[in-house]
Amino acid sequence: MIIKNKWRIAQDDLVARLVLFPTVLLSAVCVYGFIIYTIYISFTGSTIMPIYEWVGFENYEKLWQLRHWHIAVKNMAIFGVLYIGISSILGLMLAILIDLNKLGEIIFRPVFLYPMAISFIVTGTAWKWFLDPGIGLEHIMHLWGFANFQFDWIKNSDFAIYTVVIAAIWQVTGFVMVIFLAGLRAINHTTIESGVVDGASTFQLYTRVIIPQLGPSFLSAFVILGHMAIKSYDLVVALTNGGPGQATALPSTFMYSYTFTRSRMGIGASAAVMMLIAIMLIIVPYIRKQLEEN
Amino acid sequence: MTISETTRSKRFSKFIIVTILSLFAIYFLVPFYVMLVNSLKPLSEIQGGNMLALPRDMSFDYWIKAWKTAQVGVNATGLRPYFFNSVKIVIPAVLLSTLFGSFSGFVLSKWRFKGDNLIFGLILFGCFIPFQIVLIPMARVLGSLGIAGTTSGLVLVHIAYGVGFTTLFFRNTYASLPDEIVQSAQVDGAKFMKIFTSIILPTSAPVIAVTIIWQTTNIWNDFLFGVSFGDARSQPMTVALNNLVQSSTGVKEYNVHFAGAIMAAIPTLIIYIASGRYFVRGLMSGSVKG
Repeated sequence: MIIKNKWRIAQDDLVARLVLFPTVLLSAVCVYGFIIYTIYISFTGSTIMPIYEWVGFENYEKLWQLRHWHIAVKNMAIFGVLYIGISSILGLMLAILIDLNKLGEIIFRPVFLYPMAISFIVTGTAWKWFLDPGIGLEHIMHLWGFANFQFDWIKNSDFAIYTVVIAAIWQVTGFVMVIFLAGLRAINHTTIESGVVDGASTFQLYTRVIIPQLGPSFLSAFVILGHMAIKSYDLVVALTNGGPGQATALPSTFMYSYTFTRSRMGIGASAAVMMLIAIMLIIVPYIRKQLEEN
Repeated sequence: MTISETTRSKRFSKFIIVTILSLFAIYFLVPFYVMLVNSLKPLSEIQGGNMLALPRDMSFDYWIKAWKTAQVGVNATGLRPYFFNSVKIVIPAVLLSTLFGSFSGFVLSKWRFKGDNLIFGLILFGCFIPFQIVLIPMARVLGSLGIAGTTSGLVLVHIAYGVGFTTLFFRNTYASLPDEIVQSAQVDGAKFMKIFTSIILPTSAPVIAVTIIWQTTNIWNDFLFGVSFGDARSQPMTVALNNLVQSSTGVKEYNVHFAGAIMAAIPTLIIYIASGRYFVRGLMSGSVKG
């Protein structure tokens, strides 16, 4: 901006700097200062309290030898792929259907989106009891006469992680739908028009003209869901508490347990650093692209 | 012009679309329905009966128990004190993070200085970090400030990790205001605060609403910070609910758990229903443009 009076620049600059200060200070200390501190701790032999004895990459070597961490990483991969994949497909489908229907926006959108407003702990509690074989879905199906119906995934080490996927998808699909809905509203209609002139069917219009134009929405959905997946914590705690055993451990629950309950802070810190790196791989290119576009 | 008009499709029968959407609506509503009907049933009806059935012997006793007398952790206080802990955390944290964000968003959108974009990028990145990376040092800092295990400590934490989003909301909104508005005010001799309060703030009601709704929802629903930095006297509602549900002593009182879960959900649900449009706007600008 052009500022004409020199004296005024100094005056305004000072006030501008002053009001910017709290935000910059909080970010500098609580984000970047703390990240550096945790990275440092990950290279020390800290156990119950931080100590500053340098041990090099020992914690990282131990981390990648732990079975518990391997389970957490494998679960993260399963959860991440299914969570992003299924909620994107469902979200896109619901967005297309809502876009085609006048009632959609008024009645259905609020219903599909409300889970985003409530806590993961509430979601976890609801699904925990609904999926409980003793009182929930399995029991209901038995009462309805399907005596052989079995759905005990939440108690089964091999399948418990999929119950986390079910609950997480329930919570986030409406959000993904809203992202795609915004994408659909921004589509260039002349391209659809020329498809219609060429005699394409509605299905072809969607698969060849409309969905290919949703690239930016897919990218947004991927970035948001990817970073939400890595940060997932509350839902697992409420739904399965990482169990049965360690069957639904995620990097986030691993970090918490090693740092605060098992008193192996150095290893906990190294797990947190791995999570940060994973998030940076997704987020940093995205932020850079956004800033360049400005 | 909608897509369906442009494609001139009559093949998508309205009936089929509404049927599919209705099935999904049932899927999204069932968990809430289950919570609601079972919070009003005696335990025998839940264990012996069908979770989807309406209560035969309806009673609000389980709500009263969840609120006033249920065992949460070691104390039989019910969820009430924790509900008010959450209120005590949310109100100051939302107001202060919104205030800081409106200032920094304005400066970063209309003041050009060296490295302004970099600073914004760095602040923005703070929105996305996995909070596990800050738990250890934050616990130390809160301890040395003497506010570990207090609601004030949690207020500070939520401000620190809220200003990124609030800055983002305000910056994106103010960036779309024409620069000339600010420039002509400067030519007339108005100073920073004068420009901010008399020109910028009067146009800001929508973005303030979006920010307050976003922050209230996020902070009310926080669990990780609450469980890491709260103690028995300062824990928020989400942590207390989890303690109530996970406590393994005695009979599992599903009805009390469901009543507690609804109590934890009510404040943000009311905000959502009352302000759906602003909630959606917050979701979009908090994530898509981010």
